[in-house]
Amino acid sequence: MLVIKNLKGAINGKTILKGISLEVKPGEIHAIMGPNGSGKSTLAAVLAGRDIVEVTEGSVLYYGKNLLEMSPEDRSKGGIFLGFQYPIEIPGVSMVNFMKTAVNEHRKHKGLEPLSASDFLKLMREKKELVEIDSKLANRSVNEGFSGGEKKKNEIFQMAMLEPKLAILDETDSGLDIDALRIVANGVNRLKRPDNSAIVITHYQRLLDYIVPDVVHVMYDGRIVKTAGKELALELEEKGYDWIKKEVDNQN
Amino acid sequence: MEKDQDKILNDVTSGEYKYGFYSDIETEKIEKGLNEDVIRLISGKKEEPEWLLEFRLKSFRHWLTMKMPAWANLKIPPINYQEIIYYAAPKQRASPESLDDIDPELKRTFDKLGIPLEEQKHLSGVAVDAVLDSVSVRTTFRETLAELGIIFCSFSEAVKEYPELVRRYMGTVVPYTDNFFATLNSAVFSDGSFCYIPKGVRCPMELSTYFRINSANTGQFERTLLIADEESYVSYLEGCTAPMRDENQLHAAIVEIIAENNAEVKYSTVQNWYPGDKDGKGGIFNFVTKRGLCRGENSKISWTQIETGSAITWKYPSCILRGDNSTGEFYSVAVTNHHQQADTGTKMIHIGKNTKSTIVSKGISAGHGQNSYRGLVKVIKNASGARNFSQCDSLLLGDKCGAHTFPYIEVDNQTAIVEHEATTSKIGEDQIFYCNQRGISTEDAVGLIVNGYAREVINKLPMEFAVEAQKLLQISLEGSVG
Repeated sequence: MLVIKNLKGAINGKTILKGISLEVKPGEIHAIMGPNGSGKSTLAAVLAGRDIVEVTEGSVLYYGKNLLEMSPEDRSKGGIFLGFQYPIEIPGVSMVNFMKTAVNEHRKHKGLEPLSASDFLKLMREKKELVEIDSKLANRSVNEGFSGGEKKKNEIFQMAMLEPKLAILDETDSGLDIDALRIVANGVNRLKRPDNSAIVITHYQRLLDYIVPDVVHVMYDGRIVKTAGKELALELEEKGYDWIKKEVDNQN
Repeated sequence: MEKDQDKILNDVTSGEYKYGFYSDIETEKIEKGLNEDVIRLISGKKEEPEWLLEFRLKSFRHWLTMKMPAWANLKIPPINYQEIIYYAAPKQRASPESLDDIDPELKRTFDKLGIPLEEQKHLSGVAVDAVLDSVSVRTTFRETLAELGIIFCSFSEAVKEYPELVRRYMGTVVPYTDNFFATLNSAVFSDGSFCYIPKGVRCPMELSTYFRINSANTGQFERTLLIADEESYVSYLEGCTAPMRDENQLHAAIVEIIAENNAEVKYSTVQNWYPGDKDGKGGIFNFVTKRGLCRGENSKISWTQIETGSAITWKYPSCILRGDNSTGEFYSVAVTNHHQQADTGTKMIHIGKNTKSTIVSKGISAGHGQNSYRGLVKVIKNASGARNFSQCDSLLLGDKCGAHTFPYIEVDNQTAIVEHEATTSKIGEDQIFYCNQRGISTEDAVGLIVNGYAREVINKLPMEFAVEAQKLLQISLEGSVG
């Protein structure tokens, strides 16, 4: 579903991504790990269409279409979901109103009628249970005054509402205590279907105790320097990133 | 992003003001210009009693000694008061007995504005006084309201039918000497609404006045007088629109409210006068004096305004809190896009003991718009236990607009508690991207974010109008992403 070839990208003229190639097939979960500053979040930003990243080379195909030419909202409606590392607050806009607008945009894209208020609230109730989120959340403003854990749960909740084909979770585990981590991971696992995929970006291995990846990639200095099965994550947990850095630096 | 902004801005600026049409209605106009003869002519056309003509002439003579105020943070081009037509009325039989007596074109005009003159077509629970240019065209539900003793009619009719009430209250809250535009209005005012809620009556429906300017080169000078007797309650709403023209047109109105013991008045405005085009050509000059007097104990007057239209807005709906334990409120959203200018706010004058006031002002500036909040909180020496809370927020969209805040606080009593909070913010690109990522377009995202910002004020509007106001906000700001 997603084919990235030799992707290079810069922020403010500084090259961050130095040639990424990656293929994600339906049903796969890919973990992208790596030390801070290796370009993981920048890759997520490019895939979601954030315009602060300038793509200088390479291509990204999503179901055979040129993803880089699509607007962020069309990517969303096409099934790409980004779980933000730092979810944004929108004061005065209730979660109900926000999600209703989003869900109905997605439905319009699929040629469906907007959901009635009661159907929408029913859907929202179902999905809220999935992430064990406080039911008062619906009336609160988007992420405003949410704790760190609530914000991350709220991202998974939105993912559940939008049922993406490709979910990109950018450090969704950072700042979570172990209970919240389990809830977030359970949410992701329960949303898993044979035809949808996820890219899980994480700094630590612990999330991967709960979300079991098919493939683990290690990013370092703007490149994917190692790709293997789930056992790679355990190796990284044990040995840290230094041996990889050394390996790469020696090659250069 | 740059490119997107330009594109969206273009889309917006080419968008039409929805109410900019002109209706071809047979209209009787007087010659342009202003002098005592013109005032006598207006008064004569309205068959007014002598005392009212005297009031007008007194006002006019005083006005001649006055200068236009220059203290507002506004650039107002010179206005030639001799080039304005002070009276224009659709030709029709005086005070139509039934709908059949109303010019069909007139009916169509108000239908197009979404204000049908037929009662059965109306939103249930809203009575409307429809004013076109200088006269009231029709007031709906008069009979239903009369059963409760509520008087709701045009100002001209009130002068004829309830001269005592009009004479007793007119000019008591906004004296004819008050300010340049109020004095001008006192001299030449044409029509407006009159409302009296008797003792102990809760008005069962929303009362509203819809103001429409239609004729070219005319000014609209309406006058509204609203009296809530003891223990009564009324919620009142006004809306306004005008055709698109290259010339500026003057609208200088007066609203006076009196609340007696334990009475409550909620006054809401959705102001959507033609704002001028994207280069600032044309549009209405909206110079309005609105003031409420909480005369009785425990009385309450609440102003809510959504100001999206007009080339220039100059208005400060105020409360004089004379009765002990009386309450004044002011909730405002003012939008300035393109080259619009607004200098708006309120005055809360604490005179009685334990009086309370709340001010919530939300300014939104986009394009080259300039938006100023100007407010006075005054607590006099004897007003012990006074309490005020003010919150003034400004939202900027783009980098060519401006937001300004001019709060004045005068406190002469030690026991007063006065709080003032102010914030200035921009719509963040990250907020817009967050919405985009959930499938919401940039236009819709701005609408969502702005409505969220204004929610506290919009929530104060009667339900039926809150939805309209939200749409209006979105339309007024289309494409002004910053």
